[in-house]
Amino acid sequence: MADDGDDKAMKTDREKQVIALVDCNNFYVSCERVFNPGLESKPVIVLSNNDGCVVARSNEVKKLGVIMGTPAFKCRDLIKKYDVKVFSSNYALYGDMSQRVMETLSQFTPEMEIYSIDEAFLSLTGFTTLNLTDYARHIRTTVRKWTGIPVSIGIGSSKTLAKIANKIAKKNSEHEGIFDIHNNPEINRLLDGLDVADIWGIGDKYAKFLIRHGICTALQLRNADDEFIRDNMTVVGLRIVHELRGVSCILLETVHQPRKGIVSSRSFGRPVKTLAELRESVADYMASAAERLRGQKSVASFIHVFIATNRFKNEPQYSNFITQRLPVPTASTQDLITYAMLNLLKIYRPGYRYKKAGVMLTGIMSDNQAQLDLFTPFKYKANRKIIMGVMDEINNRWGSDTVQFATAGIGQLWQMRQSRKTPRFTTQWGEIPVVKG
Amino acid sequence: MKAKKGLVVTKVYRPEKGVLQELPLFTARISAGFPSPADDYIDRKLDLNEYLIKHPAATFFVRVQGDSMIDAGIHSGDILIVDRALEPVDNKIVIAILYGELTVKRIKKTKSKLILLPENPNFKPIEITPEMGLEVWGVVTHVIHIV
Repeated sequence: MADDGDDKAMKTDREKQVIALVDCNNFYVSCERVFNPGLESKPVIVLSNNDGCVVARSNEVKKLGVIMGTPAFKCRDLIKKYDVKVFSSNYALYGDMSQRVMETLSQFTPEMEIYSIDEAFLSLTGFTTLNLTDYARHIRTTVRKWTGIPVSIGIGSSKTLAKIANKIAKKNSEHEGIFDIHNNPEINRLLDGLDVADIWGIGDKYAKFLIRHGICTALQLRNADDEFIRDNMTVVGLRIVHELRGVSCILLETVHQPRKGIVSSRSFGRPVKTLAELRESVADYMASAAERLRGQKSVASFIHVFIATNRFKNEPQYSNFITQRLPVPTASTQDLITYAMLNLLKIYRPGYRYKKAGVMLTGIMSDNQAQLDLFTPFKYKANRKIIMGVMDEINNRWGSDTVQFATAGIGQLWQMRQSRKTPRFTTQWGEIPVVKG
Repeated sequence: MKAKKGLVVTKVYRPEKGVLQELPLFTARISAGFPSPADDYIDRKLDLNEYLIKHPAATFFVRVQGDSMIDAGIHSGDILIVDRALEPVDNKIVIAILYGELTVKRIKKTKSKLILLPENPNFKPIEITPEMGLEVWGVVTHVIHIV
């Protein structure tokens, strides 16, 4: 039957897929090391926004037992004892370095999916004339040379197996950062050595469920009964099992999907009590979200505003959020800030020490398909679009925040504490690295 | 149903991205009659990025502080264009990592020695021993100097 034949051919095609997962080792730390070579082999930590928790650790710090997400204050003694170098996140730098890594990788494959700021899936299907381990080594060497960033590469016949191979590449230093699990005769032994909880896509809940039913390793999951998996873990779980068997079910997403919801929120450097300061911060977050909205050529139909006190402190607690449907979908910062201010007023209560505020934009659609409200005059006028266009251009050239709306506050006292941020070495002329002449 | 034959990839070519293609503006009015002799010579705009940067992902800008390379035309305060994709062969001016710091020097590679040469009689060459170790950060391709 024609349909069966098609399925079989497609299945064999999917079995012949070869996918590499390339991910940067300790990405934020590695970025800092490129411009500060003295940090090589030293223990380094990078902190989150507001210098709150650890978001990146060098291998030396991992060995000291510091786990991801640890609040910074908990590491104070360790930092002193081992002379750990601490930095605030420098997202301008990390974003630019990420682009460079991805651009370097793109020359090695016809099909690539940028999965996160430091990971990409590369299609190596059809590269049958090459030894894939050697090819991966060449990729790794090139990325290290061109950008200074060390990467690990795992190769498998599905994304899930590529992720597992990548884990193996990192685990044993004898692999030198590369591991090919596809067509590997040891695959059963390797999968048997991996806990189900460590498989991409298997979260805590499913891991506990599987272990309760005697499925503890990746090998056992691979050999599990299809019906049992589908009944208890839905088709998503079944897909993972098939991927473990070497059938590629999760395809590379090479087309970037525009965001369906945009959030802009931060914790405050010190508690905020007044409405005036809250207005400033919310206006600032809304401006940032609006810029991202325009960047993907969208408009939003709903705005959400939320504020909250610090739930870890022993003091009066209050948190609230509010949603409003906008009469006309818009991407105009002026309009969005106006609505945000109105809504903030509705949820603000005096007498509390607020720790966090934020905004969210949803109901996002392309700006040329927005529906007009019959009874409201079309406010998102052409001239507003032009003003926004000019603002975005200025901020692009001179760094974000060069031109702001006055409501966003000048000299914002509630700004994130980022006392240890390195210069924007690759995105600001005034901050490029200095070399000794 | 015939089984599909798989494709074998031998080389990957990528279209060049990010090259701004400026369209020439025809300044002569198109009219029936005689065209301007210059029409055939409308050329494209000159782009410095295209001229100076061969490997955008691997190209960085650094600022020099110090005079040790002044005889090579590199003055304190100048900006250097550094390409990490190039090979640091003998006689190239490079950014080298020495004792954890970035420094600009000319490298001299002989069969037995590796030396970092300054371009200023007031500075001494630095011989690199195997114990010191030398890592090249990138190769300098151009200097931007304000006259």
